[in-house]
Amino acid sequence: MPYRFEINGVTRQVDVPSDMPLLWVLRDELGLVGTKYGCGKGLCGACTVHIDGTAQRSCQLTVANIGNAKIQTIEHIGATPIGARLQQAWLKIDVMQCGYCQAGQIMAASALLAQTPRPSPGQIDAAMAGNICRCGCYHRIRTAIEIAADVGEVSHHVSA
Amino acid sequence: MSAHDITSIDRRTVLRASLLAGGGLALHILIPAPVLARSPARTTNAGTTPVAELSAFISVAPDGTITIVSKTPEIGQGVKTSLPMMVADELDCDWQQVRIDQADLDPERYGEQSAGGSTSTPDNWLPMRQSGAAARAMLVQAAGLKWQLPVAELTTSKGRIFHRASGRSIGYGEVATLAATLSPPDLKSLRLKAPEQFTIIGQPVVGVDSPKIVRGEPVFGSDIRLPGMLYAVYEVAPSNGGRLVKADMDAARQAPGVKHVVPIIGNGDPDEGLADGVAIVASNWWLANRARSKLAIKWDLSTAKGHSTRVYQTRADAALAAGSGKVLRLDGEPDTQLASAATRVAARYEYPFIAHAPMEPQNCTAVYRDGKIELWAPSQAPQDGLEALQKALGIEPKTVTLHLMRAGGGFGRRLMNDYMIQAVAIAKTVPGVPIQLRWSREDDMRRDYFRPGGWHSFEAGLNARGEIIAFTDHFVTFGNGEKPARAAALNAAMPPAGLIAHLRYGQSMIPTVVNTGWLRAPGSNALCFASQSFLDEVALASGTDLPQLMLTLLGEPREIPAPDHRPSFDTRRARHVIEKVVQTSNWKVKPAQPGRAKGFAFYFSHRGYFAEVVEASVSGSHVTAHKVWVAGDVGSQIVNPMGAENQVRGAVIEGLAQALTGQAIEFIDGVAQQSNFDDFPLARMPMIPEIEIAWVKSDNSPTGLGEPALPPVIPALSNAIFAAIGTRLRSLPLTVKNA
Repeated sequence: MPYRFEINGVTRQVDVPSDMPLLWVLRDELGLVGTKYGCGKGLCGACTVHIDGTAQRSCQLTVANIGNAKIQTIEHIGATPIGARLQQAWLKIDVMQCGYCQAGQIMAASALLAQTPRPSPGQIDAAMAGNICRCGCYHRIRTAIEIAADVGEVSHHVSA
Repeated sequence: MSAHDITSIDRRTVLRASLLAGGGLALHILIPAPVLARSPARTTNAGTTPVAELSAFISVAPDGTITIVSKTPEIGQGVKTSLPMMVADELDCDWQQVRIDQADLDPERYGEQSAGGSTSTPDNWLPMRQSGAAARAMLVQAAGLKWQLPVAELTTSKGRIFHRASGRSIGYGEVATLAATLSPPDLKSLRLKAPEQFTIIGQPVVGVDSPKIVRGEPVFGSDIRLPGMLYAVYEVAPSNGGRLVKADMDAARQAPGVKHVVPIIGNGDPDEGLADGVAIVASNWWLANRARSKLAIKWDLSTAKGHSTRVYQTRADAALAAGSGKVLRLDGEPDTQLASAATRVAARYEYPFIAHAPMEPQNCTAVYRDGKIELWAPSQAPQDGLEALQKALGIEPKTVTLHLMRAGGGFGRRLMNDYMIQAVAIAKTVPGVPIQLRWSREDDMRRDYFRPGGWHSFEAGLNARGEIIAFTDHFVTFGNGEKPARAAALNAAMPPAGLIAHLRYGQSMIPTVVNTGWLRAPGSNALCFASQSFLDEVALASGTDLPQLMLTLLGEPREIPAPDHRPSFDTRRARHVIEKVVQTSNWKVKPAQPGRAKGFAFYFSHRGYFAEVVEASVSGSHVTAHKVWVAGDVGSQIVNPMGAENQVRGAVIEGLAQALTGQAIEFIDGVAQQSNFDDFPLARMPMIPEIEIAWVKSDNSPTGLGEPALPPVIPALSNAIFAAIGTRLRSLPLTVKNA
């Protein structure tokens, strides 16, 4: 079936079955491969995108359920002030190891900071608990969010 | 020595041996990097800018941009940054001038191209620096020719050559073309920098792919998009070794988006070969994956009958009851000593199969065109992949072009190349069409080469003064015939071997159809848990604690040779990391709160010496790790502190996940019962403790960090739990039963 929606400020059209998850529309129909497949069950957060500004798992959201919502992906998050600050913070302390989950981490973090500009450590943990980093970059993810939120000094957890 | 001097069999044997428990051979003879070679590249990604090639690893453009080739697969361990840092430092350029190209597989040009066994740093530390120093010498010589000055009067800094006396200087880019016409220098004539002269090595450097990653740009194998590319899944039998009897594929062929459904008969090698299966090729991966439910396949699963976790447990019980196993190591007379011991301590430890679960499921992109294969493969051992392709499909290695793709996590899983064989087998059925084979998460977890489970029956004897006089271990593992399964053998050098005069290690084996493989710190990740937890019991029985017991066992400063060409064990280095972590963790100061305590463990693996302390508390059945102190000695120099710290944290967190999140793969008739992150959990942010790292520098060449920080954290945690609540946990995952 044909569907039209707005992705990263651009209207795109695809012709796919109604139950195809947004993840696979992005990756295999539109070539937006920054959004990653990790589990297909909403367990890992690698596929996190923004739907009208809220973080959602694109592997769990069928194309038929998107309606008129605006979609934002990692490819475009740098165009927002929060997204750009997060990307800079991620690079400042080089958060990643393999990097595969980091698009989802940044999308989850930017939704958090949009809602809660000065999150407490507990709020960061709660907001990020759905995003798995198999390499274990959690200290730096936490610190990068703090840097981007400008909530104070770089945590003593990260010296590099 | 050139690549041709080593047969592929020798290379493979050495590579595999170096991955084994303890890892890192003393005599490392993988294909050495041809420091000076300028053999033509097999394929080239060179753009239109003319560049002067000074060696296989270094070229310089007229504007001074330096391209350094990274030869080793990047799996998140940071080699795509750290190996070029070694080159760039000796080249004496500015890191800002440098861009990095990922090499294709071309071992004749680049030498060994694998990522495993924490070998990249030790194997490349010298050749990568020599490569940079040789190019620098050629550039200086070219400047000398241009200026008609002796090279002795010339110096370099940040990519420029200086003649201080006349105040002249010139950029590398301006003399590179001339330099490329010169003969490379004799390696023996090169003077490498002293550590205090390093300008890049030892600095925190951001990963070269990191900017692309934060912007979501394609860098991973599964991000490859090619014109006309289709997506594939490969349905195999639920248990390993299952054979395809009959497949009704009509319904799947009718499914939306499906282009081809192809049965493929494998080569009968369920371990390293091609499994029987049915490939579904579609315009979108999700459509291909969904069409699997429309397949009606009859499998012959008879070979896996009875290969169940419960059956394995029963067999292990029987093996442990039957004796002490086949002797792998016998020092002195442990039985006599045990018989005369004042105190005997005995305990049994065990651990389950676990999966690698990298975030990026296995994938490989392949196109078969005009009798040739082109591959985009996130593989840790791509040369093994070519050998496997030849064996399973009869493909000549010289007909294959293999692009090394950044992998979304390795952890040892991608040392195996089963996905590569499958992708090529599928691509051959649709000539001219690029095929991206992707596994689902469920495929990835069920078709793993699992870290094998194991059982240990330990006994130690103490004399009247509380000194250990004998130590024995009967290890029950998996293996077929006389041969242990992959990554399932006992390391005869496992500490405390060599530190106790009367010691026996014995081994018994249970046959298995399950594929096993190397998981980060293979062997050591489990052996350390069992042996250091047991030694904690022994320490307490002898009236001391584990750090003190280990220091006593280490004794006089000396090097203890290890069997099988493994690296020798330096008791001084062990002593220093133990003393360091005792100090940084304030070991002697016990936490005041009830139910909260510290635990310690030490291990030596992959040439790294690591001592760790965990402070943990127990509340009901819930265990919290509050803080981990790490002291590690990996030689004289940390190459990239940015990456090194991440490797240690990652290893510690992985160990904690193995201990605490409930990770275990169970089998019923060979079928793995866990398949995703709901039943095989990974660590998440809220459980992460503070981690404090102290490097102990020693006068040794730098060694790898992918692995050796992992093993000690698990027993340090189990020992902390015992100290906190008095319950000894002797199996993984650690489970505290509610009182």
